[in-house]
Amino acid sequence: MPTVHLITHEGRQHTLDVPAGTPLMQAATAAGVPGIVGECGGSAMCATCHVYVDEAWLDRLPAPLANEQEMLECTASERRAGSRLSCQLRIEPALDGLVVRLPERQQ
Amino acid sequence: MNATNAGTGAPVVDVDPYAHETLLDPYPMHERLREAGPVVYIPKYGIYAVARHEQVVSVFANHAVWISSAGVGLTNFRTEKPFRPPSLILEADPPQHTQTRAILSRILSPKTVMTIRAEFQRVAEEMVERCVQIGEIDAIADLAQIYPLKVFPDAVGLGEEGRENLLAYGDLVFNAMGPRNELLAKSAARAAEVTDWIMAHCQRSALRPGGFGDQIYQAADNGEITHEQAPMLVRSFLSAGVDTTINGLGNALYSLAAHPTEYARLHADPSLARGAFEEALRFESTAQTFFRTAVCDTELAGVPIPENSKMLCLMAAANRDPRKWPEPDRYDILRRPAGHQAFGSGIHGCVGQVIARLEGELVLTALAQRVKAIEILTPPTRRLNNTLRAIDTMRLRLIPA
Repeated sequence: MPTVHLITHEGRQHTLDVPAGTPLMQAATAAGVPGIVGECGGSAMCATCHVYVDEAWLDRLPAPLANEQEMLECTASERRAGSRLSCQLRIEPALDGLVVRLPERQQ
Repeated sequence: MNATNAGTGAPVVDVDPYAHETLLDPYPMHERLREAGPVVYIPKYGIYAVARHEQVVSVFANHAVWISSAGVGLTNFRTEKPFRPPSLILEADPPQHTQTRAILSRILSPKTVMTIRAEFQRVAEEMVERCVQIGEIDAIADLAQIYPLKVFPDAVGLGEEGRENLLAYGDLVFNAMGPRNELLAKSAARAAEVTDWIMAHCQRSALRPGGFGDQIYQAADNGEITHEQAPMLVRSFLSAGVDTTINGLGNALYSLAAHPTEYARLHADPSLARGAFEEALRFESTAQTFFRTAVCDTELAGVPIPENSKMLCLMAAANRDPRKWPEPDRYDILRRPAGHQAFGSGIHGCVGQVIARLEGELVLTALAQRVKAIEILTPPTRRLNNTLRAIDTMRLRLIPA
């Protein structure tokens, strides 16, 4: 099972084993990681599962689709180069070891 | 055991989703449909139906097979004439849908919420304060109806006059997704007049510069859509943005009033308001159903389904599916019901959902701050609609904090 590291804005690290194919938002909310809301349930409609993907991993992710791009314009914390919606990131075995940082706020 | 539909293998369930007694209390039918199988067949209308969470989500996710351009009601636009020119977003498929959707989701984005929040909050606090002063209120007429009817058309940029037409139009649009029954006939009585008012108010001249409506025309100015399409997209605001939130608020007020211990929790911590509204969406879903249409022969949960079949997706039943939700019939404001289908999901998921959540959060927050307890004076009477779960009247006593 791929392992993913989420680092909260306060610097706490949460390490999750994620069943392959699961969206990161779903894994994080199921594990109760604070700082990921996922209000719309994973439809890329609320921008409350915003994460900053560590630079080293960016190129290994599929590029965001138009609807995700649109929502990334609407995040409550600033958009950066590594900004993604975690509901759109399916954790596949190739992403084993992925590191993402959580923004200060989601709403 | 139910019989199975010859040739398809779907269990046949002989129910009428549009019978008055079912609309009054849909939950026994939901359970029958859910427990009969993942996909069932309803002979009265010759339609398939999904009532379990997993299948509702999978139909909504597979928009290439389960299309919307044939209508999201019982009528199949491929074979029957729709009652109005089809919506450019609700009753459209990609690629056209993708383009119009991008414009609406930009206008109704979380960023927009930040700019309108203060004004929406001011009105919510003012209206709740007035209700507290009255003491004994009609939850619908005095709060659930007047709040969305004020803040949303204001944000769209409509004038104050004639807004009751929005209620009549919403009632018509959502009734028209069901059969041609007496509910539809009743709401269609003034259809020509109401539709004329709506279309006149979709024109740029009727819309305040800078409002949501005008922003659609700006998108047309930029060449993203044509100027002929612009009023049709404004129409989507006017049909989907008012009746839905009115009933979402009404259902939330009912859920809280009927569960005094949950209301006490909310009063003790008004920051739970957003979750209380969210759980009410799951518990008493405003939009109960939408249809999709099979664009080709297909299969769902092992059941073969022929091209052109209409699929009734029961979001409200999915929202109480015990396979998904522990104790689904319990209203629990701490539940965090992410994944409920009250707004649908997939590419057609409600594009105004962040605005709806904002309205719900603000009204319930203001209420929680000013009101210690709510008593139901007269149980709700229902306004029956083929698609919406709507309360007509509900008298409440608000006990000030």
